[in-house]
Amino acid sequence: MASARRRIPGIAWLLAVLVLFFSAFGTRFASAPNLINIGNQSSILLLLALPMTLIIMTEGLDLSMGAVLGLSGVVLALLLADGHALPMALAAALGVGTLFGLANGVLIVALGMPPFVATLGMLGVAQGIALAMTDGQSVGGIGSALPGIYASRWMGIPFAIVVALLAYATFHFLLYHTRVGTYVFAIGGNREALMLAGVPANRYHVLIYAIGGLMAGAGAFLLTGRMSVGHPTAAVGMEFDAVVAVIVGGTKLERGDGWLPGTVLGVLTVGILKNGLNVMAVPSSLQIASIGMLVIVALLLDSLRERS
Amino acid sequence: MSSFAWRLLGVLLLCVVLTLSSSAFLTVGNLLNVLRQASLIFLIASGLTLVILSAGLDLSIGANLGLSACLAAAVIKATGSIAIGIGAGLGCGMTIGILNGLLITMLRLPPFIATYGMLWMVYGINYWTMAGNTIYGFPAAFREIGSGYLLGMPIPVLLMVLSLIVGSVFTRYTTWGHEIYAIGANAEVARLSGIPVRRRLILVYTLSGAMSGLAGIVYLARLNSAEAGIGEPLLLPAIASVLIGGTSLFGGTGSLGGALIGAVILTLVLNGMNLLTISGNWQPLITGVILLLAAGIDTAARKWNESQA
Repeated sequence: MASARRRIPGIAWLLAVLVLFFSAFGTRFASAPNLINIGNQSSILLLLALPMTLIIMTEGLDLSMGAVLGLSGVVLALLLADGHALPMALAAALGVGTLFGLANGVLIVALGMPPFVATLGMLGVAQGIALAMTDGQSVGGIGSALPGIYASRWMGIPFAIVVALLAYATFHFLLYHTRVGTYVFAIGGNREALMLAGVPANRYHVLIYAIGGLMAGAGAFLLTGRMSVGHPTAAVGMEFDAVVAVIVGGTKLERGDGWLPGTVLGVLTVGILKNGLNVMAVPSSLQIASIGMLVIVALLLDSLRERS
Repeated sequence: MSSFAWRLLGVLLLCVVLTLSSSAFLTVGNLLNVLRQASLIFLIASGLTLVILSAGLDLSIGANLGLSACLAAAVIKATGSIAIGIGAGLGCGMTIGILNGLLITMLRLPPFIATYGMLWMVYGINYWTMAGNTIYGFPAAFREIGSGYLLGMPIPVLLMVLSLIVGSVFTRYTTWGHEIYAIGANAEVARLSGIPVRRRLILVYTLSGAMSGLAGIVYLARLNSAEAGIGEPLLLPAIASVLIGGTSLFGGTGSLGGALIGAVILTLVLNGMNLLTISGNWQPLITGVILLLAAGIDTAARKWNESQA
């Protein structure tokens, strides 16, 4: 945790600079509706970035999250359009996500495939199925129940932000206050010791990827609610934003060095950067480039700090 | 039977199956078409092979191809000179490659992070500058590179054969080539035995970038038009080709000939789907499954070898 505290200033400074910059130069940036908008957009990203933190701190990667979110969203929308009840459609979406996460975990942990290849392959599989199921078109006619829930507020807080807060609380508790969390740190840091202690490390390692898939399904719930349609390629590239948020937030790719509060800051940094550039009418393509830049700058700072 | 022979057998089997299931398959036109498509994949897969041999990875090749093609297109339109346009495309590819190499060797970023960040940066810059436009209509002499014939063979196929020969000589018979294998097998040992690891790695990523630039030019000449997204669908097939060809993701073993066979196998599958009128929407799924199969075999073979040692 000592190293974590040293990390706080870097990312917090970056965030503060961005907020000041956009408040000064983007006239609509600091308005209440826009801040709520940032919160809503960041919520979906946080759902992916939380499990991505666990995956990255165990020396892994999940490139399939965006495509799996897209597939889950398509399944959700198709079932709703078919007249099925929302709980059942949601269960199916979460199930599809979990299944893909499990498959990722088995390929990586049981078969020993490099994570990026296994999840890149699964990206293709998920995207192919989603495209074939919809013929590349949006799925509409999902009724008003899901968009209604998305638009609702709980004690004045938008639904998506409530979900994100609950998800964060759950992950924080899981990682820092349970034995499973300790195992997650150990899988990345000292797997050998964990195995010698008789812990089925492989099973927990697969579980981490399964949780990633589950959260992609949960993200599909929010995204479909927001868009009122399911679209096969709606979330393409979102896994990249999640990876960036995690890395910018100070989680290391090795040694089980993960930091959940940093991931929240990372998600907000990505969200504010995108939104601020948007408010300043910078084209979305250049926003993508700036996110790519952000990761390289963050890692650059990281390696400079390590050397000093 | 060597693993190379097994793969040739696979190609033959695929050809037999496709001949039996579609009368349109075994025609000179279609076979040349398969080779022409395979040549594009091979051009980027050949650079990627070098990278993977060094135990690295280059995820930016598809985006690089797109930007190089668009830049070459814009320069040809602006200057009217084919040579300057080709130079610009190749230069763009190499520059992106050098940047990858510097990020990986100087900043010690993991290759997949550096090149993944580069992917999105290049992609963003390309979409931004193209702003949804298409550049089309190039001089006939330039289009020859993509659709012309020389000695009865399509020019892209000749380029594929040429780069296979040059690349194979480079990897098999030159010191630099051997050093790339050595770095992939064990970078620390390579460093201790006096190989300038950083310089060789920068070379490898530069070559990969240059091949993406070349592929971009060939693709541009073939399509006769350029838009920002043209390179995107090529990343997955390129990685799959390298792996199907038996180059290990763990570095140190593999060959360019393998990547060629891999590209042909993949193209045959996709061509077969086309002839059997299976929707193109299935293409990512099929490519993903093939990628997983190839990676699974690679991983299993590695485990088996370790258990024997």
